[in-house]
Amino acid sequence: MSDLLITGVTWHDADGTPRTGDVAVREGTVTEVGRVEDTEGLTRHDADGLTLLPGFVDLHTHLRQPGREDAETVVSGSRAAAVGGYTAVLAMANTTPVTDTAEAAEHVQRLGRDCGLVDVVPVGAVTKGLEGAELAELGLMHRSRARVTVFSDDGRCVADPRVMRRALEYLRPFDGVVSQHSQDPSLAGPQACCHEGELSGRLGLPGWPPVAEASIIARDAMLARHTGGRVHVAHVSTAEGLDVVRWAKERGIRMTAEVAPHHLALGTDLLTGYDPVYKVNPPLRPTEDQEALREGLADGTIDAVATDHAPHARHDKEHAFVDAAFGMLGLETAFSVVHDLLVTTGRMTMADLARVLSTAPAGIARLADHGRPVAPGEPANLVLVDPTAAVTVDRDASHSLSRNTPWHGRTLTGAVHTTILRGAVTAREGEPAPC
Amino acid sequence: MRHLLSSADLTRDDVRMLLATAAEMHDVQRRDVKKLPTLRGRTIINLFFEDSTRTRSSFEIAGKWMSADTINITGKGSSTSKGESLRDTVMTIDAMSVDCVVIRHMASGAAHQVAQWVDASVVNAGDGTHEHPTQALLDAYTMEQRLGSLEGRRVAIVGDLTHSRVFRSNAITLRRLGAEVTLVAPPTLMPSGIRPWAERDGLHLTDDLDAVLADGPDAVMMLRVQRERMSGGFFPTPREYTVGFGLTRDRLRALTDANPEAVICHPGPMNRGLEISADAADGARSLVLDQVSAGVAVRMAVLYHLLAGEEVAA
Repeated sequence: MSDLLITGVTWHDADGTPRTGDVAVREGTVTEVGRVEDTEGLTRHDADGLTLLPGFVDLHTHLRQPGREDAETVVSGSRAAAVGGYTAVLAMANTTPVTDTAEAAEHVQRLGRDCGLVDVVPVGAVTKGLEGAELAELGLMHRSRARVTVFSDDGRCVADPRVMRRALEYLRPFDGVVSQHSQDPSLAGPQACCHEGELSGRLGLPGWPPVAEASIIARDAMLARHTGGRVHVAHVSTAEGLDVVRWAKERGIRMTAEVAPHHLALGTDLLTGYDPVYKVNPPLRPTEDQEALREGLADGTIDAVATDHAPHARHDKEHAFVDAAFGMLGLETAFSVVHDLLVTTGRMTMADLARVLSTAPAGIARLADHGRPVAPGEPANLVLVDPTAAVTVDRDASHSLSRNTPWHGRTLTGAVHTTILRGAVTAREGEPAPC
Repeated sequence: MRHLLSSADLTRDDVRMLLATAAEMHDVQRRDVKKLPTLRGRTIINLFFEDSTRTRSSFEIAGKWMSADTINITGKGSSTSKGESLRDTVMTIDAMSVDCVVIRHMASGAAHQVAQWVDASVVNAGDGTHEHPTQALLDAYTMEQRLGSLEGRRVAIVGDLTHSRVFRSNAITLRRLGAEVTLVAPPTLMPSGIRPWAERDGLHLTDDLDAVLADGPDAVMMLRVQRERMSGGFFPTPREYTVGFGLTRDRLRALTDANPEAVICHPGPMNRGLEISADAADGARSLVLDQVSAGVAVRMAVLYHLLAGEEVAA
């Protein structure tokens, strides 16, 4: 590992004030900021015009390994993550087999370590086999080397209130959190595949009503209050759901929330051509919801941006819309999408982005070494971004094994330049380091 | 016209042209020798992923009477079952250089997706709960045969609107032709977002069938209630449905009292005794069999306009 001197860079103080100067990184730690006196042995990275942020943390990634290595592997997903500016990703449990044991969690973590481009943090299933009935070995997963702290049946909602209550009670002693896919399955048919509204009515597609999301968030808020447990709302997608999150936070209930870039930026109208690349769960919502989510992210009601990176093999997407797989890629584009949408328009600052892409998600997942300020003594998990570069998304240039990006062909302002994990460059200008 | 995927693809002039051609085809149908050379050398695949008797056979007859080679392929169930994706299936067929794929699929949007992938012309013969544009054309044709122009005519569409592709296409085509359309259903069988939709498209909404019939509409289109909807999810019992929304003998009388010229349509197959009584289905005001007969002529017209390009006109 070579030590780094990042010159002419802009970063933010703990209070969010931007500063410009040089940053030295030695042995995986930030050693000096501002003026670096002794540059002996440092590899110089000219970062004029670039901004240095804490490395991004994705609370919601599907790496597909084990089970669907044709769609993504820990290695390919790690490459995509590094290129996207991430230094840690939480790998969802809905693999085959499901991450519902300590051994399964350690296996995923080990695959991540072997690659080394990003910290792969396993998410444990809440229930055995994601079946929603019996608790998985939550405590053993937490005590394992993987130190699992975030638990989720993502893809499915922990719908049974008794199971959710027990999970929250059980997790409390070790500060675990349930990341809930908030969607009451009994409020929609089994084929629900889009937002329920005028367009789904016209298209003849069965939909999820927003109340299916809001009612679970409301229930979980009450369960969190009752148990003192911690609930994280995965990919909130509706204004109604967001209202409930706001209500819960105002009352001091331990509830956090994330939003996916596609729910901020893409609307239901994209479904008119029945292109399954836009099929995602929760579904794309109307303009009013997108606007509410942007507002919620800017005002802090939503804590974090999480990608819900969901790679799918081509043959799982090329079905009739109701039959196609749910999900879209997100790791490589998240920063550009959110920057283009909210920073270039003046609704959020770069410091806000550091909060929603790094500090807050690291806090929710209790990752001590991520989401730290750019300051002497802090771990050098960092990302350099270029706020002025325009990027045109090309799905064929993706480092994911899959191609299901909804952003193909779009030009966005703001690009990830260099990603640094414990002082080592893991990606530079769109190319991941070898692993 | 390259494909026929949605009734919204057709302008008022397109509809008029297709219905005029259908009338000519209908005359041919009444001859002893029905065969026209129009589509000789053309190949039409009827790709049916879902059971159908009248639609598939009428497309097949329509093609054969115009001398096209028509081949029926019955797809297997849901494509999420192991094996081929929908794209693989249709690309296999398209690779055989066919001219037209007539597709029926249980998934909404299937015809739209297929049209993105293939070189052939695609005709939507019913996609899930989305649309059935040739059904709307044949319904309009049949009604016009009896009523004359539909401009300003009042048509009520009654029943399971949520799951009805017949309704979705008819609402569009009837509005194109200037008809006033009233939708009648219990709230649970109204499609999502129907209020803004109806406002945008100029459709009337009600759950009061008796009031609609007392108003003497020119046509009443009864929709089929699917068996799988009858188990209490959308309405309590078939009996309660009939009392609220069936075209019973009493309601038939109320309709003909209010408008003796009113006609009754049903896309079939009918649940006699549930959404429609035998008196209404078989009586003098019923167009049910005329609809079937018009089906062939209308599908001939559609295939003609899609496939009889200049190069085959000679």
